[in-house]
This record gives sequence, C-alpha cells and structure tokens, in this order.
Amino acid sequence: MSIGSVPFKFKVSVDPERCMVCGRCIENCSYGVFSKENERIKVNSRNCVACHRCLAFCPRDAIDITEKPTDYRSHPVWTRDVREAIFNQARTGKIILAGMGNAHPYPIIFDQLVLDACQVTNPSIDPLREPMEMRTYIGKKPASLALREHPNGDVELLTKLTPNLQIETPIMIGHMSYGAISLNAQTAIAKAASHIGTFMGTGEGGLHESLYPYQKHMIVQVASGRFGVDINYLERGAAIEIKIGQGAKPGIGGHLPGEKVCADVSCTRMIPEGSDAISPAPHHDIYSIEDLKQLVHSLKEATEWKKPVFVKIAAVHNVAAIAAGIARSSADAVVVDGFRGGTGAAPRVFRDHVGIPIEAAIASVDAKLRQQRIRNEVSLIASGGIRESADIAKAIALGADAVYIGTSALVAMGCRVCGTCYRGQCAWGIATQKPELTQRLDPETASVQVANLIHAWTDELAELMGAAGINSIESLRGNRDRLRGYMLDESLMQVLDVKSVGA
Amino acid sequence: MCGIIGVIDRKRRCMDGTGIKAALSMMNERGSGEGAGYVAYGIYPEYKDFYALHVFFDNIREHKGALDTLLDRWGTIVHDEQIKTYEQPNIRKVHTPWRYFFRPDRSLMPKSTTPDEDIVTHLVMTVNAAKNGALIFSSGKNLGVFKAAGWPEEVADFYRIQDYKGYLWLAHNRYPTNTPGWWGGAHPFNLLDWSVVHNGEITSYGTNRRYIESYGYKCTMYTDTEVVAYLVDLLIRKHGLSEKMAVRALAPPFWEEIDRMPAKEQELNRAIRLTYGPALMNGPFAICVANADSLVGFTDRIKLRPLVTGEHGDRLYISSEEAAIRTMEPDVEHITMPKAGEPVIGRVVA
Repeated sequence: MSIGSVPFKFKVSVDPERCMVCGRCIENCSYGVFSKENERIKVNSRNCVACHRCLAFCPRDAIDITEKPTDYRSHPVWTRDVREAIFNQARTGKIILAGMGNAHPYPIIFDQLVLDACQVTNPSIDPLREPMEMRTYIGKKPASLALREHPNGDVELLTKLTPNLQIETPIMIGHMSYGAISLNAQTAIAKAASHIGTFMGTGEGGLHESLYPYQKHMIVQVASGRFGVDINYLERGAAIEIKIGQGAKPGIGGHLPGEKVCADVSCTRMIPEGSDAISPAPHHDIYSIEDLKQLVHSLKEATEWKKPVFVKIAAVHNVAAIAAGIARSSADAVVVDGFRGGTGAAPRVFRDHVGIPIEAAIASVDAKLRQQRIRNEVSLIASGGIRESADIAKAIALGADAVYIGTSALVAMGCRVCGTCYRGQCAWGIATQKPELTQRLDPETASVQVANLIHAWTDELAELMGAAGINSIESLRGNRDRLRGYMLDESLMQVLDVKSVGA
Repeated sequence: MCGIIGVIDRKRRCMDGTGIKAALSMMNERGSGEGAGYVAYGIYPEYKDFYALHVFFDNIREHKGALDTLLDRWGTIVHDEQIKTYEQPNIRKVHTPWRYFFRPDRSLMPKSTTPDEDIVTHLVMTVNAAKNGALIFSSGKNLGVFKAAGWPEEVADFYRIQDYKGYLWLAHNRYPTNTPGWWGGAHPFNLLDWSVVHNGEITSYGTNRRYIESYGYKCTMYTDTEVVAYLVDLLIRKHGLSEKMAVRALAPPFWEEIDRMPAKEQELNRAIRLTYGPALMNGPFAICVANADSLVGFTDRIKLRPLVTGEHGDRLYISSEEAAIRTMEPDVEHITMPKAGEPVIGRVVA
C-alpha cells in the first residue's frame, strides 16, 4: 500500500502507577481500544474516537486522551483534515460519511452578537419577584380580531382561532428518530418533554408503542421515506411536521444502515428487519410549492384540522422566499434548520459545505414574512447549533418564536460529541441499537438531566429578559434593537438588521 | 422620568391653556428643560373639516416649496400661515412652525375605505422619513400640537397657549435621554386624531416598530413613543377594536391571570395575546392617548410608572402627579390610582 498508516487521531495512555487493572475501560469501550495482556491494560489508540466513556468510568483517573499527538508538516491550505480526507478517498473511492454537525471552522455569528441590559432610564425586572412570561404558542394566528362588544360590557370573539401548541418555555427538542438514537434515549427525551411542558420530535422513525403515554408532547414527522406513517401515528401526535430538508445535509435524503434496523426498529418504521432505510432526496409527491400545500392539506384533512402542521426546511440561500411560500401553504409553523444542525450520518461534504447559518436564515425569514405582512400568522422555529441559553435569546431576538435543540439534549445525556453516531457503536447507549450498549442509558436518570438542562436554560432566559426590562417573551421576539453586532461586517449586519456595538 | 397630564371635558366645554401650563410646570422636577409640549382639541372650529397640519420647517425658503407642491398634488391647501410665536429668552427658534388646513383629494386613494386618513398618513410618513427640512408633527382635524425644546412655561409662552381654547388637552414635561433639544423629539406625538404623551421607555420598541412598519407606518422620530400613536391607529382605526380592547392588546393581563378566568373570557384574552403579541408594549410606561372623543390613560403591566386620575364635574384628569391635577383644579374629587394595565377612559357625551 503506497499510502500506509496515517497518524493517530487520538492517543490513549494509561498511567500504570494509577491503573489497578480493574478492566472497566475494556467493558466500557465499544470501539475495542482496550485489552488485557499480562495483567496490564494494553491500548490500541487507532480505534479511539474520544467518546470518553473509558475516562468517565475509570475509578482511578488513570486514562488520558490526547488529540492529534503527531504533527503533520503544517500548511495553511493543505490542512491535516484535507490530507486525511484525500488518503481516505484514495483508498476507498467513496463519499466520506460523518456525524454530528458542521465541523468546519466558520465563524459563529451567535458569538459575535451581544445582548442588552437596562441601566437607570428603565428598571430591570427581577424574575424572582415579578412574573416573567416564557409561555409561547406555536401555530397559526389571525392577522386581526373581529370582536363584538355588547352594551352590558361583554365582548364576543367572532374570530375562530386554529389549534396552537402551548409551550411553557421556548425550548423544544428536535427530531431524532428511533433508529438514529436508541429507544432509551427517546424515552428519556419524552419524559423530559412532558415534565417540562414542551414538545419533542419523533424524527422519521415512527412512534414506538412504549412512547404512546407521552404522545401529547410529540410532534410526529412525515419525511420523504414516509417510514412509520399511518393514520394511527398521525392521530397520536400533538402536531405533524413535514420534513423537507435538514441543515446537516440540505438537498439529500437520509440513510439508516440495515445494521441499525433491529426487530423493534423494523416494526416502528414499518420496514423489513435488517434492510437499509433510505429516504429519497425529494418527497416523491412534492415537486413544487403547490404540491407541498396539497400535502399540508391532506394531513390536516386526515386529522380533521385538529393539529398544527409544521414544515421543516434546511437553511439554504433562498430560505426567506421558500419560507414565505410555505407560510402561505396553510402550514402553521416553519422550522428552519441551520447548517450547524446535527445528524446521525451525513456526507462530510454536505455537512461542512452546504447551507447557511441559522442566525442569518432566521433574520432573513423573519424580515421577509414581515415584508409580506404574514409574520405573526405563522410560527418560526430555529434549529441547528443552539448551544446555550444565550443562543436562544439571540435567536428569538432575531425573530424566532422558539427553538429546537438536538445535540445539546444528547450532551445532557452523556454524549461527548465524538461524531461517530453513524457507526452505531455509541458507547453511551444513545446513537446505537445494540442492546448491550442501549442498556447503559437509564431513561429515568437521563430524562432528569435533559429536564434539568431545559429548566436551567429557561431560568437563564428569564434572567436575561428581566435584565433587558422585558417580562414577556413576545417582546423579545424580533426585538433586534436589543442586539448589537461585535466585529461583524457591514453587509451581515444589514442582513441581521442589527447595529454595531457602541451604535 | 418625564411628567404627563391630560384632561377631557365630557361636555366639550373649552378651557384655555393657562391651567395646563401651570399643572405641567408643577412637575418640573420630572423634566430637564429640554422639551415640553401641549396638544389641544377643538381649537380650530372655523376649519374643523380640514386636516390641520403643523409643520416644523428648518428654513422657509429652502423647504416650504417642496411641501406645498406635495400637498397640492394630493389635495387642496385651504389655508396656511405661520404659527404665531413669541420670543423667549431660553428658546432658540431652530424651526419655523407653520400650519396648513388641508383637504385631501380622496379620489387619489380609490382602493381605501378611509381615503382621507390614508392620504394624510401617507403624507406624514413620506415627509418625515425624507427628513428634508420639514417635519409634520400634528395632522388631525380641529386640533394642534405645540411643542419645542425648553421648560413647560417657556414653551407655553412661546406659543401663548393661553390663547387657544380646547375641550381636551394633553401635556408633557420631558427629561430626554435620546434626543435632547430636538423639537421633533418632544411630546405629544400625533397622527391624525391620535395624540400620545408618554413617560417611560418601551423595551419592546424593536418588536413593536417592526410590527407596525410591516403595515406601512414609518418610525422617523428616533424615539419609542411614536409607535404608540401608530399602534393605536392600527388597532382602533384599522382593526376596529374599542379603546378598552386596544389597551388590552397593548398591556394585556398575565397568563397566570388569564388561566384563572372563566372559559369565555380566557378564550378572548388568549386570542388577543396570540394575535397582538407583537403589539404588546413592555418596559416602564404611563401613557395618555387622546382622540377627538376620548382620553385614555394606562400603564405597563407591572406599573413601573405612576398614573393618577381625578374628576371634577364633567372633567376627567389623568396625570403622573396628584399635585399637578390639584394645581389645575383645587377642588378635584375621586383621586384614584388605576391598576397596572387597566385603562382609564373618559369620553365626550356631547
């Protein structure tokens, strides 16, 4: 072989002074890094993905993992990643698969936006003493109300409102299917969502029977493969989401490898056991915006117009016009997934190079909908790369009604963002279907952690709002005056419609 | 800070500006001498059918011609004249105040159900956004705004507001933080029949402005108060809500309260909050809004700014300070402090 070995991605070392050869690292590592030889732990660093499972369960803190211990000759253009990708493809001749979200070092716009607070001229509001309203309604709203006021003071509401989802925090959990993640992981999320009073997405994997008790908090997804979709599924959801695209891989479909399709996944998805679940790139019944409208209507008809229907798209260049088209299709909410959105598996070239950041997408969609006077008639959900409560505050100030989190909910359950989800070997029992691995995740404990995270972020949001003198989330929505751009370029600030710091 | 006061005579009996000048000056502790203003309804009975446009010109020769042409294009100037002013030692006359009595040509707005108002609104928005040396700061019928940079008594004397007689007055004593010294930044703000005086800072301004601008209003005054006038115009004139329901939309009850209401009321209040969420005004404020038939006072949802009301005979007084009301009417009765978000409404009956 003319290429030979490439340097380790990670170097694992075990401190012999501290190691007591208990073997927990061997049990825990699902990638085969550790073995026992002559009463010593032997390490095969090449297998390591840095999921930290060994490290987390070593009772003696004996394990250390170093990233990229060997240097390549440095070069600003021919980076290590680029060279290794070429080696890989020269060997295999194939498209490179990758997991998690965009790993390219693009600047993060959220980190160049700063929030506002009150001083002197108006008082900040203390959420511990004053009411702070985080409640949000997701769904269609009328442009105006027709009221009839009677002489006795009664006011009659003549406008009929369509169903909305009521959430007690603007944080929802995005679509991660059973198949992509384990049933234990989905159960943990479902418990957390119902505990908090928010919603989660089922992903394109159907709804497992054991999750029926949480169906009031489920948004059931209809994607291009239509896996798991029947009338029972549609009726169980609190809302229905049509997935057109995903931020991690705009323009292409999905692929769940046959190895992940165990008996249970096969039943829930309604496909044969062990077969690859391939979702086509487009929906085969949607070739234009009017086709989407028909699907929205069909789903509403099927569920007697009782449920809001969302449409999810990847943030692409023309996202604003597309979203405006969707808003007119009688969809109740548009979900925009930015290019940092996570995934179980995506071609690396898509994950890293296609789509636009959520910050710019939300800003331009919100502006376009306002221009067309339909902004408040449709909800806007931002997703893809929400890492902390400040990101949520900024996304809402840019115009979102609510956000979907994905990766951060997984991290709350133990995920270390190793990006190896597509291999189905997740040592944390999250992105795998192997029973010996999935049993590692206790849905009870994990659900508390996810609920804790949302709770903490909601509290932080309340504090941020209070500091800005705002006691109701609708007054933060689209309130770009409360944002300033720090070292953002002029044209991007125009898109975001924010002023510079100091201005 | 800022101090506000409003009074309405329900029988449309007129008062001259002496009383409100004294009342406003009583609140000088709340101002800084950099802005004050008055609006009076019923002051132009001989021209009551025409829109009274009050304009600040930076320079008559440079800027008036363009406005005359624009008005001629959209209707008829029935009469126009300089607004009389009287030199005051502390007021630097940076603008020449002018008044036009204008009749819009409604055939030019064929698709509108309210063509006169739409033409006048369009003119106000266009002229003020262009910032071309002319600012229309008052545009209603039979009413006029008088404002400038200075203490309340100076501004009153500058226009001699004691010479004007109105049945409804609003006045404002300004402590500016945003645009000190700018005449356009002084209150009241006015559009058509709507006038607003405001004490506070609207923290939801960015949301409110973007909402109102999607309906064609343009915010040009560098201050949060003007959105109130436009929101009121949108909700009441265009969407047909009553004053009470409009205030409900601008300062709605908390969800906690709504959840405790009987089913029907819950449904109504939820519908208002869902539909008019972007119009909800947050942050500390006490506001008086007036039109030709009514005076409405209300505060923010947690009452971070004071508001007091009092009555005497046919007159309703609303102010930041009881002392100001008492200055105007020593025999005032029924002093009350309205609850947060609860509107106080006075209507003319004659």
